[in-house]
Amino acid sequence: MKIVYRDQEWEFKGNITIRDAIKKMGLNPEAVLAVRDGKLLTDDVIVRPDDTVKLIAVVSGG
Amino acid sequence: MKCKRCGQPAVINMRQHRFSLCGEHFLEWVPQQVQRSIEHYHMFAPDERVLIAVSGGKDSLGLWDILLQLGYQAQGIYIHLGVPDGGYSDVSQRKAEQFAVQAGATLQVVNVRAEYGQTIPELARRRRGRSACGTCGVVKRHILNQAACDGGFAALATGHNLDDEVAVLFQNTLHWSTGYLQRQAPVLPASHPRLSRKVKPLVRMYEREMAAYALVRGIDYIYEECPYSRGATSLFYKTLFDQLEAASPGAKQQFYLSFLQAREEGRLLPADADRAEMGECSRCGQPTTAPDLCVFCRLWDA
Repeated sequence: MKIVYRDQEWEFKGNITIRDAIKKMGLNPEAVLAVRDGKLLTDDVIVRPDDTVKLIAVVSGG
Repeated sequence: MKCKRCGQPAVINMRQHRFSLCGEHFLEWVPQQVQRSIEHYHMFAPDERVLIAVSGGKDSLGLWDILLQLGYQAQGIYIHLGVPDGGYSDVSQRKAEQFAVQAGATLQVVNVRAEYGQTIPELARRRRGRSACGTCGVVKRHILNQAACDGGFAALATGHNLDDEVAVLFQNTLHWSTGYLQRQAPVLPASHPRLSRKVKPLVRMYEREMAAYALVRGIDYIYEECPYSRGATSLFYKTLFDQLEAASPGAKQQFYLSFLQAREEGRLLPADADRAEMGECSRCGQPTTAPDLCVFCRLWDA
């Protein structure tokens, strides 16, 4: 799976949950939301190898 | 993970509440929580008009959306501060205006430069030693209070969420700022005829929940932080509390709600501590603790 966060892209191989991938990226799962094809996902999901997941920072604006 | 209500795949897992919800039930749940806070803290009644301070961000637009859904008479006010980086103020104004058009709601726009002759960055540059954020806060508070009073609104609502309140509470605790601790509340009553009641209906909503709400509901908000907030201590405190929350779900809520309870029970400070006498500014007439001109009016004098 490919994970996109801001201007960075990460590639993960094998069965890994989004939450574990987020941790491997050095991010806190509390601080981001995962979106696939414009839809929000819980981070226990293991996506397909060719899927792209976009991370949205929780803190913004205001 | 499955939705607690219908068993469909969930879009959000709220570890602090120990349940997950699908998009449909999350969009139902959020307004219910906000309604509970409005009632619990006696913020405003269904027949009262509310003015919402709208920044174009997820919290204020989400709040506006929720109040309209709940049937409240909620009007918006956007303040163009003149932050130029990448057209930050222009972009956020557009987001606020687009939302208002789609929702069929009224938005009042105040342009600080058009109204007072200078943008916030210009004003802050002239006043060396004062941060842009400090100046911005003074100007926003003045304009919002004035608009709420002039428009005859029962309350002025802001989109401060639980994470915002936790960051401020942590800052005030680190400094033991008893005056600020005394006043940090979901509702600030109108303690003067020219001071609007201030309410924070999202005070129990996690920032994560509000970001998810905007995404699921399809609200187009400004994603970037204000360029002046980069490196702000409040953002650092939020990062700290995210770590705490990850290790101990519910930690943010616990910190904030226990604080409110302790104060209410008089375990922190006497109820009337730090109450300063208020007079009126000789120029604008707004309440102030200063002897002559209020801090807002002094800002514009060279």
